Amino acid sequence: MALAFDEYGRPFIILREQESKSRLRGLDAQKSNIAAGVAVSRILRTSLGPKGMDKMLQSPDGDITITNDGATILEQMDVDNQIGKLMVELSRSQDYEIGDGTTGVVVMAGALLEQAERLLERGIHPIRVAEGFEISSRIAVDHLEQIAHKFDFSATNIEPLVQTCMTTLSSKIVNRCKRSLAEIAVKGVMAVADLERKDVNLDLIKVEGKVGGKLEDTELIYGIIVDKDMSHPQMPKQIEDAKIAILTCPFEPPKPKTKHKVDIDTVEKFQTLREQEKKYFDDMVQRCKDVGATLVICQWGFDDEANHLLMHRNLPAVRWVGGVELELIAIATGGRIVPRFQELTPEKLGKAGLVREKAFGTTKDRMLYIEHCANSKAVTVFIRGGNKMMIEETKRSIHDALCVARNLIRNNSIVYGGGAAEISCSIAVEAAADKYPGVEQYAIRAFADALDSVPMALAENSGLQPIETVSAVKAQQIKENNPCCGIDCNDAGTNDMREQNVFETLIGKQQQILLATQVVKMILKIDDVISPSEY
Amino acid sequence: MAVERLFKDEATEEKGERARMASFVGAMAIADLVKTTLGPKGMDKILQSTGRGHSVTVTNDGATILKSLHIDNPAAKVLIDISKVQDDEVGDGTTSVVVLAGELLREAEKLVATKIHPMTIISGYRMAADCARSALLERVMDNKEDAEKFRSDLMKIAMTTLSSKILSQDKEHFATLAVDAVMRLKGSTNLESIQIIKKAGGSLKDSFLDEGFILDKKIGLGQPKRIENANILVANTAMDTDKVKIYGARVRVDSMAKVAQIEGAEKEKMREKVQKIIGHGINCFVNRQLIYNFPEELFADAGILAIEHADFDGIERLALVTGGEIASTFDNPESVKLGHCKLIEEIMIGEDKLIHFSGVEMGQACTIVLRGASFHVLDEAERSLHDALCVLSQTVNDSRVLLGGGWPEMVMAKAVDELARKTPGKKSHAIDAFSRALLAIPTTIADNAGLDSAELIAQLRAEHHKENSNAGIDVITGSVGDMGELGISEAFKVKQAVLLSATEAAEMILRVDEIITCAPRRREDRM
Repeated sequence: MALAFDEYGRPFIILREQESKSRLRGLDAQKSNIAAGVAVSRILRTSLGPKGMDKMLQSPDGDITITNDGATILEQMDVDNQIGKLMVELSRSQDYEIGDGTTGVVVMAGALLEQAERLLERGIHPIRVAEGFEISSRIAVDHLEQIAHKFDFSATNIEPLVQTCMTTLSSKIVNRCKRSLAEIAVKGVMAVADLERKDVNLDLIKVEGKVGGKLEDTELIYGIIVDKDMSHPQMPKQIEDAKIAILTCPFEPPKPKTKHKVDIDTVEKFQTLREQEKKYFDDMVQRCKDVGATLVICQWGFDDEANHLLMHRNLPAVRWVGGVELELIAIATGGRIVPRFQELTPEKLGKAGLVREKAFGTTKDRMLYIEHCANSKAVTVFIRGGNKMMIEETKRSIHDALCVARNLIRNNSIVYGGGAAEISCSIAVEAAADKYPGVEQYAIRAFADALDSVPMALAENSGLQPIETVSAVKAQQIKENNPCCGIDCNDAGTNDMREQNVFETLIGKQQQILLATQVVKMILKIDDVISPSEY
Repeated sequence: MAVERLFKDEATEEKGERARMASFVGAMAIADLVKTTLGPKGMDKILQSTGRGHSVTVTNDGATILKSLHIDNPAAKVLIDISKVQDDEVGDGTTSVVVLAGELLREAEKLVATKIHPMTIISGYRMAADCARSALLERVMDNKEDAEKFRSDLMKIAMTTLSSKILSQDKEHFATLAVDAVMRLKGSTNLESIQIIKKAGGSLKDSFLDEGFILDKKIGLGQPKRIENANILVANTAMDTDKVKIYGARVRVDSMAKVAQIEGAEKEKMREKVQKIIGHGINCFVNRQLIYNFPEELFADAGILAIEHADFDGIERLALVTGGEIASTFDNPESVKLGHCKLIEEIMIGEDKLIHFSGVEMGQACTIVLRGASFHVLDEAERSLHDALCVLSQTVNDSRVLLGGGWPEMVMAKAVDELARKTPGKKSHAIDAFSRALLAIPTTIADNAGLDSAELIAQLRAEHHKENSNAGIDVITGSVGDMGELGISEAFKVKQAVLLSATEAAEMILRVDEIITCAPRRREDRM
């Protein structure tokens, strides 16, 4: 390390405690970063595709997660390496943006890094490699646009949407009932979708799970389910044509925010205070009753006395309902959330056709169903399954399926799955490479090779000969000029993905390529890693 | 260049074969652990807690055993979870589900060793599970229409469930208890309204079902010990000093005289409250919270029986049986619904005095009093009875019934075997394995009973080759017998749950090819 000296021959301290910090520079830094990125992607590689395997993760508290979802695996993996963390971020941003393809994006990035390493060894400057990748990613994205198909669906014809969701679900453990789950997801999305604006607010779809029962019992409920029961055991368990008061204030004497003290020093004061207290409760309940509410849903708790008064006045109530659920109830029932009793008016009440309490199994578990709401724009997917891990995994899978359906409503272009899109892109990029003068050409070719790695992994996971299968499919694509040929993972006997009905969304694929390229570019540009020593 | 550290320090990672081995071994170890408790001749386990007192539990209940284990193996945790869910959902079959899942994995391990891909095994298992389920569905019996027969079905189920437990000696007695209790619920699955009171002393045979309601409390001093035609007010209110609930209020006085005044006011307030309560025209008052001496004295003066500190469940049940509402304010006596019962009296069970409410209005709730030689016996008896009650209440809702004694497994295995023969491809190996795993359950039952399992299973198979055979293992005589005649039945719902959750769990574990264990969270060790 070159050191600068001052006039007395003492070295300038540039990095504090220089000796105790480990530092990697130049090619070494790039190589070690690449190795880390590749290691992460290798973990996910086996999870890709319909025959991909799951990972079992044990959290620091000993809880078990079994999942196939790339983003979840990486998030819970306890990665310590900085580059590893970048890959985690990459998968997460794909999850936020698209919701699906979180495994694919990491595998893609890993493949790009592997290719980049080879180029670096040949002495090509990292920036040139990065630029080459950038150019090719643009070619690939444009090419995807060309091979994409528009497909038509409407509120009545949801079959194409269901097919696409089934592709997403087929790689998960729930693929046993992918058909019914895909239908649930699509119907749920269609219920809340704004087809005019082509937008879907996924917050309106609540995914609730309860252990027990079987996966086939999973259902879509046009309404809300709250994991709560009535505050008083003797309140009615079923209310028809409910008018719901949605409150965020507790049934308790008010607690002013400013500090104050009420001093009791005489008997009279003691008694007035008591009277006052009683009046508070009475007023609160009376006010709810006056506006015509037949059900009170409250974010906070009730005092015993208030509880009894509610029961007494025949006003069922639910307490300790979470903020998010409260909002959903408000949306579904068309009511307004009321922060103070004084502001309660009949117009602000929500309406629901049926509110009922349902008991499960042999324990005390009860849930509250709010159905036939005034505004059916909020739905709940209610998942049942054999054990906790299964429910959690199903939740994640449903989330993915919901995201896919949403993306299709936003943009109805699709490309073909099963690696067909990647192979087609790879051919296009390869062909384009020769047109570029200069070193970038090599990078572009490398990019084309990296694109092959996704179908390669798919074939590998499905127990096929990876190299043979991919090259055969590639040849077929070129010969027939048909971008729908992919890997036949399910042994269906054909590799035309159009026949197998394996679709993926265009934006999902484009996003995968763009995000992976970006991260790789970032990693390639790092030439100095300074890490603090062990402490 | 190798990556030095991808994970945090203590995180570990196991891949491919090793990961699969780790999960197979863990799951099988758990299954073997509870295996010996299966069946009517299954053995019990002693569990000693690590908590204070090292309390001891003796049990035969799979879910209870597994719940108390400290397990580090992730796959084993999956099995424990399914057992727990089985307990919550149907109440019985907690051991069978774990044993079946364990056997499925054991078979899967053999297949993996012969280089069959886990995904192929899974798809085979799925086909087999579907086939097994439809085979069961074909053979179910439903006697919902015929009340008499349905009751005898329930009796049979209860006896079958109880026969593997500590209560097996008096299973007829307890089965009657359980069926009576569940029939009173009239189709609701709310087991809370069946109260189980455990009192040491006497023998298990002395246990009885009481139609009324028994509260494990004493009657206050100087209050009537016996009330006929009682009007009961069930309340949840503070009967100590009432606090002022307005925030920020506090008492501040400057002389002793004023303290006395306020105290007087407080007393006055309490007196008023008691007066209001008495104003309801009651002669029994049950409160969830404490009743202080002062109000108690007032109640005694008015000739009212006051019971304090009944726990929450007790209050709810009491409200349920007597038909009263749980009150917290007492300003409108005319509209509060009071509970009624014909007679309240103090009774003695063993050494303890209890309060007995008889002739209650609503017949839904009831109390089962368990007697037994020691607390451990009582605890186990309670768990067994709970299992039986759960199964019965589920059967009342879903009245489909199957025969027991390994019969359902044989029926399923036969159907699955046939499927295996029809299926081309590698999957058929997995389907075959599924049927072997199913056979493991009757095998275990026979083994646990000390019988020659190989011989018996072979006989059973031959027997089942005929159409509509009712053959199963008769553990008592140690031979193959007609389950229909022996009256051994099981609920369809339980068997279905066992089959489906075991397959689901096995599938889940099979799909795993990598285990990543995070560094354990550091806790502040207080030891």
